Parts: sequence; structure tokens; C-alpha cells
Amino acid sequence: MYSVYLAIPLAPLLGALVAGLFGRAIGRAGAHWVTILGVGLSTLLSLVVFMHIVVDGAEPFNGTVYTWGISDGIQFQIGFLIDRLSATMMLVVTFVSLMVHIYTIGYMHEDPGYQRFFSYISLFTFSMLMLVMSNNFLQLFFGWEAVGLVSYLLIGFWYTRESAIYANLKAFIVNRVGDFGFLLGIAAVLMYFQSMDYATVFANAESMKDTTIQVFPDVDWSLMSVIGILLFVGAMGKSAQFPLHVWLPDSMEGPTPISALIHAATMVTAGIFMVARMSPIYELSETALSFVIVIGAITAFFMGLLGLVQTDIKRVVAYSTLSQLGYMTVALGASAYAAGMFHLVTHAFFKALLFLAAGSVIIAMHHEQDMRKMGGLRKYMPITYWTSLVGSLALIGFPGSAGFFSKDGIIEAVHHSHIPGAGLAYWAVLIGVFVTALYSFRMFFLVFHGKERMDDHTREHLHETPAVVTVPLVLLAIPSVIVGAFYIEPVLFGGYFGEAIYVAPEHDVLAEVGEGYTGVTGFMLHGLVTAPFWLAAAGVLTAWFLYMKRPDLPALIKERLHLLHKVLVHKYGFDDFNQFFFAGGARGLGSMLWRLGDIKLIDGLVVNGSARAVGWFSGVIRHMQSGYLYHYAFAMIIGLLVLLGWFVSRWFVGL
Amino acid sequence: MLPDPFPLLSLVVWTPILGGLWVLLAAGEKNAPTARAIALAISVATFLLSIPLYTQFDLSTHEMQFVERFEWIQTFGIYYHLGVDGISMPLILLTTFITPLVVISAWQVIQYKTAQYLAAFLIMEGLMNGVFAALDAILFYVFWEAMLVPMFLIIGIWGGPQRIYATIKFFLYTFLGSVFMLVALIYLYAQADSFAILDLHTVKVGMTAQILIFIAFLLAFAVKVPMWPVHTWLPDAHVEAPTGGSVILAAIMLKMGGYGFVRFSLPITPDASRELDWLMIALSLIAVVYIGFVALVQTDLKKLIAYSSISHMGFVTLGFFVAFSILEGTGSLQGAAMGMEGGMMQMISHGFISGALFLCVGVLYDRMHTRQIADYGGVVNSMPIFAAFMMLFVMANSGLPGTSGFVGEFMVILSSFKANFWFAFLAASILLLGAGYNLWMYKRVIYGKVANEGVASLKDINARELLILGTLAAVVLLFGVWPAPILEVMHPSVENLLQHVVQSKL
Repeated sequence: MYSVYLAIPLAPLLGALVAGLFGRAIGRAGAHWVTILGVGLSTLLSLVVFMHIVVDGAEPFNGTVYTWGISDGIQFQIGFLIDRLSATMMLVVTFVSLMVHIYTIGYMHEDPGYQRFFSYISLFTFSMLMLVMSNNFLQLFFGWEAVGLVSYLLIGFWYTRESAIYANLKAFIVNRVGDFGFLLGIAAVLMYFQSMDYATVFANAESMKDTTIQVFPDVDWSLMSVIGILLFVGAMGKSAQFPLHVWLPDSMEGPTPISALIHAATMVTAGIFMVARMSPIYELSETALSFVIVIGAITAFFMGLLGLVQTDIKRVVAYSTLSQLGYMTVALGASAYAAGMFHLVTHAFFKALLFLAAGSVIIAMHHEQDMRKMGGLRKYMPITYWTSLVGSLALIGFPGSAGFFSKDGIIEAVHHSHIPGAGLAYWAVLIGVFVTALYSFRMFFLVFHGKERMDDHTREHLHETPAVVTVPLVLLAIPSVIVGAFYIEPVLFGGYFGEAIYVAPEHDVLAEVGEGYTGVTGFMLHGLVTAPFWLAAAGVLTAWFLYMKRPDLPALIKERLHLLHKVLVHKYGFDDFNQFFFAGGARGLGSMLWRLGDIKLIDGLVVNGSARAVGWFSGVIRHMQSGYLYHYAFAMIIGLLVLLGWFVSRWFVGL
Repeated sequence: MLPDPFPLLSLVVWTPILGGLWVLLAAGEKNAPTARAIALAISVATFLLSIPLYTQFDLSTHEMQFVERFEWIQTFGIYYHLGVDGISMPLILLTTFITPLVVISAWQVIQYKTAQYLAAFLIMEGLMNGVFAALDAILFYVFWEAMLVPMFLIIGIWGGPQRIYATIKFFLYTFLGSVFMLVALIYLYAQADSFAILDLHTVKVGMTAQILIFIAFLLAFAVKVPMWPVHTWLPDAHVEAPTGGSVILAAIMLKMGGYGFVRFSLPITPDASRELDWLMIALSLIAVVYIGFVALVQTDLKKLIAYSSISHMGFVTLGFFVAFSILEGTGSLQGAAMGMEGGMMQMISHGFISGALFLCVGVLYDRMHTRQIADYGGVVNSMPIFAAFMMLFVMANSGLPGTSGFVGEFMVILSSFKANFWFAFLAASILLLGAGYNLWMYKRVIYGKVANEGVASLKDINARELLILGTLAAVVLLFGVWPAPILEVMHPSVENLLQHVVQSKL
């Protein structure tokens, strides 16, 4: 199997290199064929691995590929850990990536950067695979930053747009804030465990439970809490958790296929995956778990609210992604890692579907993204319409859809959790269900139903998108429906992840939830009588009432709740604050240090000042050497007089 | 029959020096093509000659290798004494690797006194190799000072409009520092009755003397690194220097300072180093953070990269001097070697990356004759291949994993975490600041709409530029994904140095 493991990331890398370096030679078709073949092979092999590890239950693989470097007795290695967790992620990543590759043929059809785009998304697939397949912290960080790089390149893909190159810079820097914490977390791990390998670290984590670390002198903090929180800061960057969420909505400046692949299905879930992977560490610190659950709850609720006021179709989906990532984070904080991962997987399918469907709409609308100029698209684009409906239903957790099972799993788990903050989180995710349903169906109705608000020219050319676009939609719609029912039992209650995820017995909320579990039908029936279902239904109804029945109402509400609306439109002021305080502050500080410190003080006063002092002194000296005889004679006479005066005064004193 | 021992180091030192003289004599004023051909041949030959230093290197020992020793000035016991260990050998290879690239980069650009220009670089290459290979303090000092002359000429003759101010600043700064070093060396000679650097490592020196010697060395090396606050000569020198001068300055000359610390300061004055390590760490962290902010607001491309260099060199000195805090804090030296190796890795990698970035600026400057960021914008539209290379180097300069820029910074951060959380915290701020100044610059220069006529008419890089940037890109990536070949060379010497440094000399 080793060569299979090796081939899985290398095939997309090869595709990326060929398409990137020889793009002009192989042409457009060549570029999409070589990358699709690479990712296709990778998907196929991931399926093989999935069958091998998950279905057949083979022993996990943990092995080194090569030694990156050795320093101070620490082996830094590149290696793979293929267990149930990574095998699942590999399949999700490669499958969604393959769909996006195919879809791109249609979406980027006319773009001059066609080959470059395929090269980037294949490179992304490689990076993401290296991240999830890693068996150590070093490679995790490699993959972590590499996906960040590709995300940067892709957000700025249309580099002549000022908004795009602003967004990609912002995304990279905000992610670096997260990586800053992440790197310090890794440093802490290395300091205390003397190893970068997951296996070694996890095996010794228990014995470090009571170790403390002094970040501030004489203040003892639990080592596990510090490591857990520092690593989670990295996850907050990559998985766009409050307050590092600010980059994700702007990342919509990138082409839609990558919004689906990177900014919904895979890269942004890296943080969730990472925390799940680190479960043996998080289980040892309730402080860290508490921190995680609170951050997740804030993100899940408040980011969902922002989705209500967006007018750009992609931004609605983006805020929805933020909110759903918050749900996953909440699950992690409640120690329901499996539920978080389950939602990650179902979300990957239905959110990729929603993004690609949005993209399909955007193609049909000639790259118009404003929902206020859409409406009534149902009859023009039936496949997009129906797949969007499937995606939206899955997103709001309609009973039977994949999202229903995974989201209900999270809500139930949080309900049972006793971690500080879980109470708050429960209400956040519960009310969040209503918000989710409201913004999802607001978008759905605005786009596909109601009056046709586009101009005549656009309307005349409206038609369903080509097969390369619709086939991926259909292929993603299938798992969006069925994955939940198939996998809820093993994943949430059957120990699907096996040894890959560790949950301390006292935190095992899923086991508590599982006690009442009576099978898929029972779970669904139970779902019909619980709050989330009715909240979702209420959300859809409200959306229907506001945007179908009484389309005049939203404007009225907007006027009434003027202040709230303003707060939401300004995204709680985070962007303005960051722009002013951090970006402006850094420039101001830099300017001050440069002009005051370097130019005025060091160069002006010390360096040039001493040069001037020497110059002045020698200037004075020079005047004494004028070369005129009478100057020298004058000086001699003065000198003689002074000497004489001295002698005379001595003589007088001596007298 | 080859002489035994084969004088490999002498060849690496003298081939370029004599080759430089040959270029002057053979090509003269008029015959630029001959000058280029000879210079290229000599620099490539020197590189090839230096390769056995790596391939024949004995990884199992910290002892000096390829040693040559002849009496030079008998009265004072001064020897012509060369040798390398795992600390100096990679730096020599860096020098011999960069110089041919510099020669190629001058191919069309330098039309004025071509032969003299190339000769200056070749002679400087030999002298720099001499600095790294010298095992006799006076020999070291001779190479060290001699090296200033060609660089002085390069900036003074082929430099920009403010070149006279810059050269004088450069020369005075570095010369002033070195004079104190000479005094310290003479004092040490009086104690040890030898100028052999390895003898100076073992000679006993009292605490007061150690402190004074340490400060004398510090003045010499801190200027070269350069450390805050004696760094202001560097941005001026870079801005005025021709591209090749900037490349050599950033890629190799700055490393002299770092090398001095590990070859002189730490082993000769270990107790003073331990006593004053707080000062070194403080200055290093100031360099990383303060200069990082300053780099952010630069409007001149070369100044930006110059400030970025200072900030990155902060990691070198931090890695070198963090060992004592680790020993104090954790009671063991575990982790200290990682800091030192990280610091040295940072020197090598910065050689590639800063060299590449200055070459990139050179590519732009040759076409547009301006270094102002504001004069650019949208370069990617007319120079996509160049933009891709620049992206790689800018990312490497931001310490992206997978590039060599990551390796040293990563190791130093890991190591300094063991000493103190806040050291690592401040050092890691380069993740943010580095990304900030690098990518913001990239955004303004490369991305965006075509800013003006000049940018619109830019031609993408030619084969010669492709060769240079491609070569550097290859090593940046190679040592990013596989730094082991460099790390394993350093390891025995670093271990030995650490063992030596923690033993008191009092």
C-alpha cells in the first residue's frame, strides 16, 4: 500500500507541475486533462485506501517517507499516518476536488488563465492531501501554510481587480495571525515532548497532564491548555473562527470553483480536522475545550446573522460557511469530535454543491452576483434549481438529508455537554438553525422564484449550464442526501474513527446521546418532534413570507431595525476596526520608527551628527592653517605674550 | 602527482583573485566580451573546485579539514593557515555558488568598465573565501579588511547618484568596527602567544578582559550583520550599489558578521557571551520586530529588501546566543544546537533569497530605471514568468514552509521557545510582519492593472535572467523540502562549539 499512499498526493502534484510549467505547450485541453487525470487517479486510490482502512478495517499505516532534517537529536520527518480519520478526509478532499476540476472546464471556459487555474487547484489538492495524511506536526504545518499559499494565489487569481488583490493579501495575513499561534503551539509541543510525531506526542500526553508552563513569571498554566489554545488559534485562522473570520467573506473574490473547493469544502475545514486529530491533547484540558466551544458558538450564531443582509449570492454562502464551521467547532469543544467530523464531511458535499450551483447561476447571469438582479431562474435552469434545493435542504437540516443527521448530532451532543460554555453554545446552535433556514431560503427564493429582475439582454440568454457544470452538481447532490443516513450510526455511535479519535470517558457526550438512539428511522422521527426541526421550518416559512408572499416587508423591516441592519451590513465593524487599528497602526508605527528612529536619531544625530562634529572641528582647525605668514606671526606673538604673562604672573605669585 | 595535502582551499581562495587580475590584464578597457568570458570561466571553475569541499567532507568530526599551514611572518608567529569545519564550509560554497550568478547578471547591464567590474567581483570572491577559510587571526584580519576595498570600488564607481555618501558611510562604519577587533586580536596574541584562532579558543582570559574583547568583537561583527542600531549603512549601501554589489553584500558579506560571532566571540569569550547574552538577544529581537515595522513602510524596493535583510539576520544572532538562556532555564543544552544550526541555516538561506530578490529588483530596474514601488503596478500583465519567480522568492522571504526561508526561522523559533516564551513570541512576529511587507510590496508592484506606459511595454525575462532566477529557485526549493544535507554538515561542529562555550574560561 505504501506506493499507493505515495501516489495519492504526488499525482495531483505532477498534474500541477505539468499544467503550470508547460501550460502553453500542452494547451487548454492538455491542462485540464493532465490535472483531471492526476486528481482522478488520486480519487480512485483514495477510494481504495478508504475501502482498505475503513471498510475492511485494516491496521492504520504510520510510516516515514523521508527525513527532512535532523537537529539536536530531533528527527524532522515527512511521513504518512493513514487511519480512519485521514482515509475519510482523503476521500472527501479528492472527490470534491475532482468534481471541482470537472466543473472548472465549464466555469473558466473563456478565462485566459485557464492552465494556471488548473495548475493551482491541483497544487492545492496536493497540499491539502499532505496536510491530512501527515503523521507529524512539521508536515502538518507545511500543508497548513501551503494550502494558505494556494488560497492566496487563487483569491487573487484575477489579479487586475483591486478588490481581489486586497482580499488575498488580507486572507494571507489574517491566516498568518493564526499560524503565529499555531507555530508557538508546535514549539511548545516540541519543547515538552522532544518529538514532532503524533504517535509519540499522543502516547505521552497523558503523563504531561499536570505539567505547568510559566508564560508569565510565577503564573502557572496547564501545559495542555496552553498547547491546546495555541494550536486552536491556528485553527481559528484557517477555519475562519471569530475574530479571525474576516478574511473568508472577502475570499469570494476568487473564482467560484475555488470558493467551493477551498473556502467551503476542504481548506477551511483543516482547522476542524486538526483539532479532531489532536483529540488526545484537547481531552486533557477542559480550559482549551471551553475556549473552543465558546469561539465556535460565537461564530456559529453571529456569522449566520450576517448572511441575512448580504445581497451577493456568493457572500450569503460564505457567511453560511462561517456559521457552519462554527457548528463544527462547537462539536469539537463538546468533545463530540466525531460529530464535528461528520458535519465536516456532509458540509463538504452540500456546501460545495451550493457554491457550484451559485456558480452555475453566475455563469447563466453573465457573471452577475447580485441577487437583487436575479429571480425566477427556476424555469430556465431546472438542474441547478433542483440541486440547489437539495443543497439548501441539507444545509438547513431537513429530516433525512445529510445535514439533518450531522447537525442534529451536534445539537444533541452539545445539549449533553458539561464543558463551561456549553449552555451558551447550545442556545447559539439552536437559534442558529432558524437563522440558517432563513438566510438559505431567502437566497433560494430571491434567486429561483419571484419576479425576474434581470435586464432583458440577460434574460434572453438565460439557459441551463453545460454538462461539465451540471454533472458535478448532480454527483454532489447524491452524497448530500444519502451520506447522513448511511453513516450516522457508525460515525456518531459506532466508533467509526476507532483509535484515531480519543475521547475521555467523562467527556463522552456522544455515548450519552447514543443511549437514546434507536436507528435511522427512530432518529428521524425523533427529529420531527424536537426544536431544531420546527425552528428550521419556521425559518423557511419566514423566508417564504418575507420574500414570496410580502416582498415589500423586508424594506420595511430594514427601516424599522435601521440600527441593527447597519451593524450587520458593517459586519459588526470588524473590517473597519482592523483596517484602522491593525493595518493603519502597523504602518504608522513603522513610519514612526523609520523616520524618528532610523532617520532622525541614528542617522541624523549619531552618524551624520558625529560626522558633522568632526567636520566642524576640522573646519575650525583648518582656519588656523591659512598659509599667510602674518597669521602665523600673529599667533606666535599671541603665544609669546601668553607665555610671558604666565611667567610674569608666576613671578608675582612667587613673590 | 598531486601535492599532499592537496591545497584545495588555497585554490578556492586564489583562483578568483588571480583570475580577477587576469581579467584586468587580458581584457582591459575595451574588450568587454573577453572579460565576461574569462570571468564566467573563472567563477564557474572556482565553484567546481569548491564542490569537493562538500563531497570529501568528513561528517564524523568537528576538527578542521583541508588544513594548510605555512609560516608567513616568523617574528610574530603569523601563519598562512587555512581550514574549514562544518560552520565555514557551507559559507564558502555559498560564496562560490553566488558569484557566477552575479557575473552572469552583469552580462549586458554593465557596459562601463566591464573588466574592472568583473575583476572586482572575482577578487572579492577570493577574499571572502579567505575570510571563511582563515585559521590565523591576522590572515583573517587581512582578508576581512581587504574585502572592503573591492566593495568600496563597486559601489563608488558603478553605484547610483548618492554613491559617495553611501560608500563613505559603508567604509567608515565597517572600518571603525574592525579596528577594535584588531586591538582585541593583538591583546589575545599577547596572552596566547599565537595568532592561531584555535589557540585563541583555548586561551584563558579574565572576566574584565573577556567583556572588553567581546565588545570589541561585537563592534566589528554587529556592523557587518548588521545589528540594530548600527544598521543604517546597509539600506544606503544597497540603494546605491549596482545589482551585483547588492547581491554580494546581502548574500555573503552580511554573513561575515554572523560567522565572526561563532568563530570568535562565542568560543574566545564564552563567559562574556554568557554574561552579555541578554544584550545580544535584545538587539536581535529589536532587529526582528523594529526593523520589520520599518520595512513595512519603505517606498524603495531595495530599501525594503535591505531592511528585510536586517530583520532576518536578527534570527541569526538570536539563534547563536539563545543557548545560555536555554541552559539556565531548562538545565540542559537540549535545544541549543537547534538554535545555532537554525541561525546558520538562516545565513545560507538568506544568501539565496536576498540574492534572488535583489536580482529581481535588478531585472525591473534594468528595464524601468526606477526602484520606487509607486512607479510600478501590474507588472504581472507584461512579465508573467518574472512574476512567478518573484512570487516564489517573496514567499520564501516570508518564511513559507517548503522554501529554505522557513528552515532557519522555524528552528530558531523552536529553540528560543525553550529559553523563554516571549523570545519565541517576538521572533515569531516575523510570520506577520514578513508576510506584511513582502506581500504588500508584491501587491503594489506585480499585481493590479498596468500602472503606466513603462510597465505596459516591459519585456519578460530573457534566457540569461531565467537561468539565474531558475537556479536560485531550485536551491530555495531544494533546501526547503530537504535541508538535511546542510544540517548534517554543521552538526559535529555546532555540538563541539556548544560544549566548548559552556565551559568557563576563567
